[in-house]
Amino acid sequence: MPQIPEELLRRSAEAKAKALGLPVEQVLAEMRGEAPVTEMAAESVVVPAPKFVPTTPYQPVSEIPPDPPPPDPASAPPAAVTTVAEEEPAETPAAPTPTAEAPAAEAPPAAAAPEATDNGASGNGRLAAVVSVRPSAPPADLPEGVRHQRLLTVVKARAIQQVKADPTDKVNTWPHLMITEFTALLAMTAFLLVLSVILQAPLLEAANFNATPNPSKAPWYFLGLQEMLSYFDPQIAGVTVPTVIGIVGFMMIPYIDRNPSTRPSDRKLAIMLYTIFLTGSATLTILGVLFRGPGFNFAYPWVDGVFFDDLKDWVDFGGH
Amino acid sequence: MSRQNGKQGLATKARTHAADLMGRVWSGQFMESMLRPGSPFKKGYTDTPRNRSYVIMNNVLYHLHPVKVKRHGVKLSYTLCLGGMSFFLFILLTITGIFLMFYYAPTAERAYIDVQALSTDIAFGSLMRNMHRWGAHLMVLTVFLHMSRVFYHGAYKPPREFNWVVGVILLLLTLLLSFTGYLLPWDQLALWAVTVGTNMAGFVPVIGAQVKFALLGGVEVTAGTLLRWYVLHVLFLPFIIVIFLAVHFWRVRKDGGISGPL
Repeated sequence: MPQIPEELLRRSAEAKAKALGLPVEQVLAEMRGEAPVTEMAAESVVVPAPKFVPTTPYQPVSEIPPDPPPPDPASAPPAAVTTVAEEEPAETPAAPTPTAEAPAAEAPPAAAAPEATDNGASGNGRLAAVVSVRPSAPPADLPEGVRHQRLLTVVKARAIQQVKADPTDKVNTWPHLMITEFTALLAMTAFLLVLSVILQAPLLEAANFNATPNPSKAPWYFLGLQEMLSYFDPQIAGVTVPTVIGIVGFMMIPYIDRNPSTRPSDRKLAIMLYTIFLTGSATLTILGVLFRGPGFNFAYPWVDGVFFDDLKDWVDFGGH
Repeated sequence: MSRQNGKQGLATKARTHAADLMGRVWSGQFMESMLRPGSPFKKGYTDTPRNRSYVIMNNVLYHLHPVKVKRHGVKLSYTLCLGGMSFFLFILLTITGIFLMFYYAPTAERAYIDVQALSTDIAFGSLMRNMHRWGAHLMVLTVFLHMSRVFYHGAYKPPREFNWVVGVILLLLTLLLSFTGYLLPWDQLALWAVTVGTNMAGFVPVIGAQVKFALLGGVEVTAGTLLRWYVLHVLFLPFIIVIFLAVHFWRVRKDGGISGPL
């Protein structure tokens, strides 16, 4: 038995004594193995019968059941077996029998038969028991090297996440996905390099607070909004539409659309609405970028030219 | 004859020595420590299912990808690589942006001159600025198209609802990053585009004036606005977007990987 520091032993003895209502000195003596263990001490740590299953996933199997046995060995095993039966009827172990490795033949049925252990705990991940090895001195009739075990409690062996693994057709990320991604990455780099060599980013005259260009346009991704501003009241077009519909509305899409299907034929309305949004915003943006001239009035790019500086190098319809 | 033999012998000897040296470096302690087990760059790599798993699992890539992915998700036609392209553009923009930061001071006196100098004086300055600007426009586009792709696949449905929300936030941050960068050249285009853009924010009901004031750091675009947007553009917004990107990628995997098949 390993040497336990005195203050730890005393502290645990105090806690145990408080729990059992025994004098501290007596418990301490028991812990040191100087006095016989009180029956009550063994009973009090065992969970009442229906709540626990006497299966212990604790290995090695050579460890034998507690002595003295859990209280009420007559009632506990049936309850235990019932519990297991409810969980997995097909794999209910037969009345557990002491194994060859457990030489204490008079072990109660509550003993962990290895089969029951495997079925109940590791096999299905349903049950696991927390077992502690009691450090107190073993009774004299135990063979050399055999330790006590006692069941403290039984907990559900449950993963912290629910894994619903349906069998799916999968391929290795390397090389199948990585090749595609790497190719796309190179293609994008090449595209951007070529684009940047050909097209110069716009740089007009230095900022001048006293010279307002006509027209003044927002960046293209806001030009749809600017276009709407010329049709509607700014309170509606400039703000309510983008903040309420644009941000909050978009975030709430998954909570509004309760249709669980992802098949296009089942979600015609959703697809239709999104397509309307897509074409609408594209139309407004293109109108704002290309078809708005001085004073933000309508202009034809092929007649009046393009009034959008980011595009000046890109498109030339010959106007202006 | 004997001279020729001697020459050949020397060349062969040199080649053998070079190969031997390469081999020793390649299988030496440094390469051994750098390449994790299963790396395809490791000497003696064989293409086995086990090693294919190790390439991802024993690698920093494991932060992004699981070892195996659904077969339909690998097809280019399913995702069009839009999410990946958005992220890659973000990396490109970070690299080119850092380059630009070396040559740019966010003050009203210097900003415009510095940007001009990028096109005239600095090696690759023009290329870097062009890549940064077009890359930014492209990123807004790919993020938006990525959202549309996700919508058409119904990939926002349970259990991926919240990742859609994170995605909308990422779109918003992308727009803000692009918009804050728009002001930095400090030319007429930048000044008046930002004036128009922030005027729209002024129409927010109830708190419109306050929002505009906070954005501009005053009632109109000033040198203070330039500094404010510069800090937002190079520090604050990238910091925030990286956090949301991490959550976004993490949730893609935790919510069961790629959606579908349809």
